[in-house]
Formats: sequence, C-alpha cells, structure tokens
Amino acid sequence: MTAWREPPSLTSPEQPMSMHDLTVPVATPAIPWRERLGTMVPILVLAPSLVASFIYVFVFTLWTLYLSLSNSSLMPTYGFVGLDNYASLWANRRWNIAYTNLFLFSGFYIVGSMAIGLLLAILIDQRVRGESIWRTIFLYPLAVSFIVTGTVWSWLYNPVDGIQAFVRGLGWTDFSFALTANRNTAIYAVIITGIWQSSGFAMALFLAGLRSVDPDLVKAAQIDGASVSRIYRRVILPTIAPIFLAVAVIQIQFAIKTFDLVAALTRGGPGVSTTFPAIYVYDLMFQRGQIGEGAAAAMMMLAALAVVLVPYSLWIVWRRRAEGRNG
Amino acid sequence: MAEVAFDARHDPEAAAATRRYFWNRFLIYAVLTLFAVIYLAPLLVVVFNSLREQSEIARNGLISLPRSFRLDAWAEAWGTYCVSGTCEGMKRNFFNSLWMAIPATVISTLLGAMNGYVLSKWRFKGSEILFNLMLLGVFMPGQISLMPWAFLLGKLGLTNSTYGLVLIHVVQGISFTTLFCRNFYVSIPDDLIKAARIDGAGFWRIFRKIILPLSPPILIVTVIWQFTGIWNEYLFGVVFTSGQQQPITAALVALTAGGTTARAYDVMSAAVLIGALPPLLIYLFGGKYFVRGLTQGAIK
Repeated sequence: MTAWREPPSLTSPEQPMSMHDLTVPVATPAIPWRERLGTMVPILVLAPSLVASFIYVFVFTLWTLYLSLSNSSLMPTYGFVGLDNYASLWANRRWNIAYTNLFLFSGFYIVGSMAIGLLLAILIDQRVRGESIWRTIFLYPLAVSFIVTGTVWSWLYNPVDGIQAFVRGLGWTDFSFALTANRNTAIYAVIITGIWQSSGFAMALFLAGLRSVDPDLVKAAQIDGASVSRIYRRVILPTIAPIFLAVAVIQIQFAIKTFDLVAALTRGGPGVSTTFPAIYVYDLMFQRGQIGEGAAAAMMMLAALAVVLVPYSLWIVWRRRAEGRNG
Repeated sequence: MAEVAFDARHDPEAAAATRRYFWNRFLIYAVLTLFAVIYLAPLLVVVFNSLREQSEIARNGLISLPRSFRLDAWAEAWGTYCVSGTCEGMKRNFFNSLWMAIPATVISTLLGAMNGYVLSKWRFKGSEILFNLMLLGVFMPGQISLMPWAFLLGKLGLTNSTYGLVLIHVVQGISFTTLFCRNFYVSIPDDLIKAARIDGAGFWRIFRKIILPLSPPILIVTVIWQFTGIWNEYLFGVVFTSGQQQPITAALVALTAGGTTARAYDVMSAAVLIGALPPLLIYLFGGKYFVRGLTQGAIK
C-alpha cells in the first residue's frame, strides 16, 4: 500500500529525463513496486528450499528427540517417559555390541582405506602410464551401491562357494576363509569389504592433494639432495595433512551411518554379531515395534556425528579465518 | 648393492641408478596390478557367473572361468524370476528406481542451482547463516528422519509409492545441490553480474543469460552425484516401500535373501549387475565429473 504513496516525490526529480524516453513517466509509478518485488525474488526463490531444509533438519530432529523421550512402542505416542528409553538402550547387550562394532569398524576401516588410498595415490603420482585407467579401476566400487558390493562379497565369503572353495580347489585343501560364518570374525568381513569399497575414494582425495603441492617446494628439496621417501615424509605429506583429516572425518561419517553394507553383507549376523547402530535403529523401529527406544538410538547416532563434525567444522572455520588474516 | 657395483664397471653410479630406476618402475606397476586385480576380481566373478550355467557354478564354485556361455540368466533376472510370489524379475524395480531417481535428480538440481545463484550472487543480510543451516542437511543421518517421514508420507498419502521417495530425496538432496552450485557460482566474477544489472537485466534474466550458460560443468557434477546417490540408496527404499513398489536396491536384498534353497547364483549375478549398471555406465562415461563431485563434496 505504501508503495503507491511514494511516486509523487519520485516523479518530480525524474521529470526532465522523460524528455528522452516516453515510457519513463508511465513506468515511474511502478518502480517501487518492482524494486520491492525485485528484492523479494531471491528470497522467494530460496524460501521453499529453506522451509523444507528447516523442517528436515530441525523439526524432524526435535520430533525424533521427543519420540525418544516418549513411551512410543508400535505406534508413535507422546506420553513423556524422560530418559527411560536411553537407559534401557544402554542396558541392552545388543546396543553394546553395536557401538563396539562401530568403534572397531571405524578404526580399521579408516586406517586401512587411508593407508591403501595413500599408497595407491603415491604410486599413481609417479608418472605412471595409463593413469586414468588405474584411477578408473580403483574408484569404480564407489559408483556401485553398498547393496551390490555387500551382496557380491557375501558370496565371496561364503565358504562353500566362494574364496575358500576356490583356494581349496587349487590344491590347498585345508585352507580356511570363512569370516562371515563365525561370530567373532564376521565384523572383519565387513571391514575388509568397506576398505575395498572406499580406499579408491581416499586415493582420489590424496591424489588431488598431491597434485596441489607446490612443485617448487619439491624441487627445492630435490636440489638439497633429499631422497624420494624423505621428500614425501618431510615435505609433501605434511602439506597435505588437512586432507588426512578430511578423509578421516568423511569416513567416520560413513561408518556411523553404515547400514546398507551390513544389511546386504551379513544382515547383522551371525546372530547379532555384526549389529551396527544404524541396523539396530531399523530393527527397533520396524521389526520390534520399539519406536521410542529406536528414536533414542537414532539420537545417539546423531550425537556421535556431532561429536565428530562440530569440532571439525569449528576447526575449518578457525583455519579459514587464520588464513584470511595471514593473507 | 655389491652386485650392482660389480655389474657396472664403467660408470657404477649411473648404472646403479638406472637399475634402481628399473626396479622402482617394476615395483610400482607390480603393486598397482596387484590392487587392480583385487578391485576387478569381484566384478569379473559376477559378470562370469551371470553368463555361466547354474549347474556349472554349483560344480565348480563361484570363482572359475566360464565354460558355458548363455544370456538366459539375464533374461530371467530381468523379466521372469520369482521373488516372494511374483514372477516379474527385476524390471519393475529397475523402472521404479529410474522413475524415482530421474525426477528427484532434476528437481533437486534445479532447486540447488537457483539456491546457489541466490546465495552467491544475491546475498542479503543473514544469507550466509541460512546457507550454513541448509548445509546441516548434508550431515543428517537418515535414521533421524524415518519416523517423521513415515508420519508425513502417511498424511500425504504417499506411503509405498515412488512419489514419496522422490519427495524424500529432493528434500534430502537440496543441501548437497545447493552446496555444489553455490561454491561453483561464487567463482563467477561479481562484475559480470553488476554489468548486467546496470544494463537493466533482472534476477531471472541474469540467471538465464549469464549463470546457466556457465553452469554445465557444475550441473553435470550435481546430476551425476544425485543420480548415483539416489539410485544406490537403500534405507528409505526398504522402509517406505514394499513388494512391487520397491526400488532396485531393496529388491536385490529381497531377491538374494532366500538363503535356504539352492541359490540361483546365475540369476542373482545378472540381477546384481542390472542394479549396478546405470551408475557404472555413468561412472565410465562421466568419470571425470564423478570424481570432481566426490572431491568437491568432500573437501568443501
């Protein structure tokens, strides 16, 4: 409404300009409207996504938080029971197995795939022939779903049909490789498959890092007579240290969210030996009708992610600021 | 070392260096080849088994060179194999995944492009904070949203439908697509936009005439990232759909679950490959963009 009151003050100074262009006097009353609309457009464009993201991130999280404090069982109900669900979750043996597995898996998986990824990246960085072919081979598992990977590897681990049978067929008749058949070793099958799937990812990031190292720095070290391994240890790897951290953080995220891989590879078994938090959430919510406790487990997953990601993002912000200050 | 010195009488140092260089090279290629074999072996095993006869697999195990060749398993996996009572193979689930992934990819990418454009070129007070809030969506574990989605989809009448999954993937994808596009558009010089504004171009005109023509690289990255991610997604598919409505990932798990009866490895291998093929093809033909998305999504 106010927009229509403004034109008189605006039109008078602009009157002389209308000499050049006849359309101006007609258009002038509309300018404030248009400008107003103009400034609104970006916000209007952003609005649907903002609303959706807001609901997705905040409303959903608070909702699940509330469910975790409620007495929901088969259906969501909203009787408040405080921290009961968390108490019974942490008292549960299966949850105990789930987060022990998570720690075990995260440790081996991150170290393993970073070690292999770094090795492959350094080898590829030695001006090898057919670089893109090597890269394509090492990275393709990442394009394929965990479901596909998990399914295929579950066959390979199968003692009757898979790797064990193959090696025995070659003549080594008491060769034993039955990780997924044993409660104590099944988690290592998950770890190996996880490493197989994502060391290519670590390789890609490390390779990008190696390529970004200032060649003059390396040349200077070479002139000083440093050996290749020394150049890597003292010059190149320290400069790409942030990438190690980035890879580790991303992989911890993968690990905490691990669901598909286990669902396809071992289905949490044998018994409950390869239960992961994500698997347990699904089980509680949809198989056992313990929605309250499932929500509590989901909140614990979120908490685990926050423990990793909050310090990391603070560090990133701090580093950017520091870089900004130092030029 | 002593051997090296003996062998190179004329210029021991140069000869040793050449020799060392040769061994180095040999070692590099040997290790790379070893890993390449480890990486390719599972793929080869599945491809072979999809072409072998089941009787041969049963006799010789999974890991063996094919002694027979036939495409029957592919036809069966695609159209006639029976999973829990229905005998339609994978084709329905394949198309479910396609009709889920294509709209979700297109919508989330378009939204991401426009959001990225606003957040990089039309910043307003608080837009950085809004951007950071949207980014939180990248880190949300799906498990947190399961119950709320179940409720919402129920209210909207979208349970057990591909549309429901499209909605979920659009909302979940916005944060990624916005992040990708925003970080790309930031590198487009602001002067370009200023000049266009002085020439009288408005919000949409600048988007169409300046931003979009510069966008193909990031749009390809985003589309590939979204499509492969959505195609490969399992959690929402298995929770919110069942039977004939399932996307291919969920159907594959159902297909291969029948552990008690003799396993039809030939058909299951073909089914797995059908499920893996679209992202694999995208990876093979757009590998450069795939990797770019990976590294950008990871580092920024």
